[in-house]
Amino acid sequence: MSLQLMRGNEAIAEAAIRAGCRCYFCYPITPQGELVEYMARELPTRGGEFLQAESEVSAINMVYGAAAAGVRTMTSSSSPGISLKMEGISYMAGARLPGVIVNIMRGGPGLGNIAPAQADYFQATKGGGHGDYRLITLAPSTVPEAAELVMEAFELSDRYRVPAMILADGMLGQMMEPVELPEPVDPADIPARPWALTGAKGRDPNVVLSFDLDPQGLKKMNQELQAIYRQIQHNEIRWEESHTEDAELLLVAYGTMGRIARTVARLAREEGIRAGLIRPITLWPFPYDPIRQAAQSVSTVLTLELSAGQMWEDVQLAVGQRADTPFYGELGGVVPTPRQILKEVKRYVSS
Amino acid sequence: MEQGVVFAGFGGQGILLAGKILARAGMEHGLHVSWLPSYGPEMRGGTANCTVVLSDKPIGAPIVDTPWALVAMNAPSLDRFEPQLAPGGAAVINSSLVKRDLERTDITGIQVPVTTLAHNLDMPRASNMVALGALIRFLDAVPQEAVVQALSREMEERGRESLIEGNRKALELGYEEAGKVLDGS
Repeated sequence: MSLQLMRGNEAIAEAAIRAGCRCYFCYPITPQGELVEYMARELPTRGGEFLQAESEVSAINMVYGAAAAGVRTMTSSSSPGISLKMEGISYMAGARLPGVIVNIMRGGPGLGNIAPAQADYFQATKGGGHGDYRLITLAPSTVPEAAELVMEAFELSDRYRVPAMILADGMLGQMMEPVELPEPVDPADIPARPWALTGAKGRDPNVVLSFDLDPQGLKKMNQELQAIYRQIQHNEIRWEESHTEDAELLLVAYGTMGRIARTVARLAREEGIRAGLIRPITLWPFPYDPIRQAAQSVSTVLTLELSAGQMWEDVQLAVGQRADTPFYGELGGVVPTPRQILKEVKRYVSS
Repeated sequence: MEQGVVFAGFGGQGILLAGKILARAGMEHGLHVSWLPSYGPEMRGGTANCTVVLSDKPIGAPIVDTPWALVAMNAPSLDRFEPQLAPGGAAVINSSLVKRDLERTDITGIQVPVTTLAHNLDMPRASNMVALGALIRFLDAVPQEAVVQALSREMEERGRESLIEGNRKALELGYEEAGKVLDGS
């Protein structure tokens, strides 16, 4: 086993190359600059193309082009830059193109700041672009998990021909942890792309489009998309659960807040509060059922986020009237310490 | 065992690298580690800090309420982080630049003139290693040899083999100086 101490941004870049990403397009933005630098340095030496586009809009449309040509491809940015990519992401969803988009979230709205935040949950999971589409959304909470989920994102995106997003934040992008890097994917194991635009020699031409001017035709295209989304919801929900068996209070948190919540749960247990934790790993598809199950036996389900309460809406949908569903969040790039959160936990236990 | 360490000082004093070498040494010594930098819109001469967590269990929060140890390379760093330290913990204080003692009595002050000592070694940029050496005299989670090894590997990877010897000396000097404070030896 060989461990390397890596930044989240670097681990994501290296994992993408190992997943077979051979075209990466970007426009730089903090706090994911190291991801761009790593790709600029490494990808051209490992058989790939690195291109810094003139804008985020341009970069996502290059991803569209590379994906249509059958290449594993990725772009990365941070919140305001991701907003600019939304049109292209919707087009990819409509054209059934696989590809990975990394959002290292920062404080918003607007230009916001470069501190860690989780306020792009709605944008990622509820359709930041137009139309009835979904993004497979994966939320790592540690650097090694980020590397693992990048590999997973390419696999899932290819398997279903649905774009996938890695939703992390500035803290995960900037921090270093030991990583055991995954083995590189054998190009022979990457699923065939008989639909890709590869020159049409000896076969009928392929067409990659995100439109159908005939409403009946577009209806059919949408129905096919929805059928794929149902399959993904059925097959691909991922979450981590700890100490839910005897819990009196359930914490739900993802990403950076998810790992802080692990410490909070431990501190709470040390003080005699039986806290459990569910950490959604896929934000879409969302783990409604596991949360509903765990909520049966607790009085309180406390959602923790670095936002004003976005995932909270999904938690409320899952829990319904089974338990109280309070919320604790920090705004604007402020990250609470475990003991600050523990204070909140105690408030709900004593009431 | 879970210990949080904060390194803080001016940008350019090698704060982030000192933290990284400690984290790397911890990793190579078999511990779980995390390294979290402050990364605001900072510039040379501004303030910088990073938090390293060393643990025998997987690390939840990489931010720490009550650090076990602090390296304060300048006065604002001591002002900011002294109140946060855990009782029983310690602060390595760069006494070349910080002209005050600790206000608290429940933590140990390790006064080492790291800037001056690094200058005396003719390695002015190795003040961070003098401070790291002093720190690990107090921390028992990571042995000195592991830190020396992590330092060597880090310099090799950066193509700076020629700096290993001087930095190792700086580290050892800090270790000895802290011993004078901690053990009176």
